[in-house]
Amino acid sequence: MAKRESSLGDKVAVDMTPMIDVVFQLMSFFMCSLKVVAPEGDFDIRMPLGVAAAAAPDDQQVPPVRVKLAAGPDGSLASISMNGAPVADFEDLRKRILGIVGTDTGPNSLAERTEVELDCDYGLKYVNVVRAITAVSGKVQDGQIVELIKKIKFTPPKRG
Amino acid sequence: MARKRGGDPSSTDIDMTPMIDMTFQLITFFMFVMNFSEAEQDERIQLPLSQLAKPVEGAMETPITLQLTNGGAVIYAGELVAVRDIGGYLEREKSVMLDAGKEPSAATVIVRADGRAKTGEVQDIIRICQEKGFERFALRAQYDEG
Repeated sequence: MAKRESSLGDKVAVDMTPMIDVVFQLMSFFMCSLKVVAPEGDFDIRMPLGVAAAAAPDDQQVPPVRVKLAAGPDGSLASISMNGAPVADFEDLRKRILGIVGTDTGPNSLAERTEVELDCDYGLKYVNVVRAITAVSGKVQDGQIVELIKKIKFTPPKRG
Repeated sequence: MARKRGGDPSSTDIDMTPMIDMTFQLITFFMFVMNFSEAEQDERIQLPLSQLAKPVEGAMETPITLQLTNGGAVIYAGELVAVRDIGGYLEREKSVMLDAGKEPSAATVIVRADGRAKTGEVQDIIRICQEKGFERFALRAQYDEG
């Protein structure tokens, strides 16, 4: 096969303008469509309808910890109670939960078997519920998350 | 200050290589940083902060996102819907899932509720979802770095 010879001596001037145009267009597109989003996370809750009534009693299951969050007239948090006993704040709630379940968080541990039932006033601001879930579900210790109770459920909503 | 004069003014060759290199680097950076996921995030929602909110890992199986505003309306697929009306939309989701051979219990309902919204309304949403057969919920919060 005959090989085509190139004239190596000639200097070919490539016009860079269209490429630079396209590159800048691309950069403008990416810059404009960039959306800075805050990192988000989830609290996973499994809550089938009517499971409390239908479920058979489980020997392994410990009685649920009932946390009541009462709202003030403006929806702010008025009081917290755990199993009927008043709780000072969410840190106190965490300490009490830790007192119940202890530090053992392995499989079949008390923390895994215990369930928290949140009973919240209808008008309570949702941010308080997330704080309560945060308090009962774990704590950050030396940058590591120590998990406490994973099973969380809500009592049916009560209007009024 | 004295200005330095160049040699031949008729042949000014600018070396474009560093600029093109830098521009490509910038494009690469923006491509990596750009979020291509179809995460439904609405700036009207101010999520509550939590240090324990687990970052979302990978894609969820059949996620349904319901966003509750401070005013008590639900943003579903970009539409503002009253809480009591979301049942119809969820029924449609359910029938789509059943047609695809999936049970509604396999879906995860992501609840992105505003921190100032009423808890009762969040519970109303959960109850309506439960009535339609959905039982997995993910209460979304903004990760608080402390």
